[in-house]
Amino acid sequence: MNFAVYDSSAPGPDDDVPRHTLKILVAGGFGVGKTTLVGAVSEVRPLRTEEVLTDASVGTDDLGGIESKATTTVAMDFGRLTFSGGVRLYLFGTPGQERFWFMWDRLSQGAIGAIVLVDTRRLSRSFASIDFFEARRIPFVVAANVFDGARPYRAEDIREALCVARDVPVMLCDVRRPDAAKNILVTLVEHAVRR
Amino acid sequence: MEAPKERWSGSDAGPVVRPYALTRGRTRPRGPAFDLVAILVATSRPVDRRTWLSREQRRLLDLCRRPSTPADLASRTDLPLRVVEILLDDLYRYGLIEELPQAVQSQETGRPDPTILMRLLDELRRL
Repeated sequence: MNFAVYDSSAPGPDDDVPRHTLKILVAGGFGVGKTTLVGAVSEVRPLRTEEVLTDASVGTDDLGGIESKATTTVAMDFGRLTFSGGVRLYLFGTPGQERFWFMWDRLSQGAIGAIVLVDTRRLSRSFASIDFFEARRIPFVVAANVFDGARPYRAEDIREALCVARDVPVMLCDVRRPDAAKNILVTLVEHAVRR
Repeated sequence: MEAPKERWSGSDAGPVVRPYALTRGRTRPRGPAFDLVAILVATSRPVDRRTWLSREQRRLLDLCRRPSTPADLASRTDLPLRVVEILLDDLYRYGLIEELPQAVQSQETGRPDPTILMRLLDELRRL
């Protein structure tokens, strides 16, 4: 590898230089706590993308003359944890609706795995994202964010309701707590290592 | 049905310049896009006198003097990720940036190297 070309006189310690970049997806519906989870363990940074939502079947790169195509801003939750030796972990939280799955496809390529954040009051909304990761054999964990006023469930109840395989970790958590977010990450990476 | 506006910034957060004006109308890179966390760095090749670079491309090239990733670059410049990908693809084609290789478990899945995962795990447990 050639590291001689970048400006070594620029400020910042060597650890500031990425050498191993890893990513984890955080999937979940609106208001389920994606932003909170990402923010609990990492500095949240702004990241948005302009997507052309209507061009899936159009084979041209050129928008000239096709003004009717709509672009829309999709905001992602983006967090980064920087460790020694240039190891960086990136967290990407993306909208849960199926029409954003083209983004998930790209994000999940080469990813460690995914955290499926579920709201125990709306479990059925998580079925599609679980299907997505199962079908692509992407390691994932299910983290049920425990909201005030939600009925107390056991992890096993949630596993049963979601029909996830026994080896998939299912955990209850309060994502506002930094140690909860850390535990989810550790559980996912352990799970991915076992796979 | 869930309201479609839930994760959309809406017109009040819209850019001043329409985003695809910066890419001269292109909505995707010509080649396969870099991974969001690919490590990119400027090469030592000087900018050809015949190569015209936009202000945004120059900014990205400048930021790439230290290794960085498309996600970091998009966040840093506050340009939409897709736009950054297209501009980075141009810089790559001009030979001005290159991707640094990373250890992967297999080329097919692109999954990370297990030894790197173990290192990450140690670091996460210490958080």
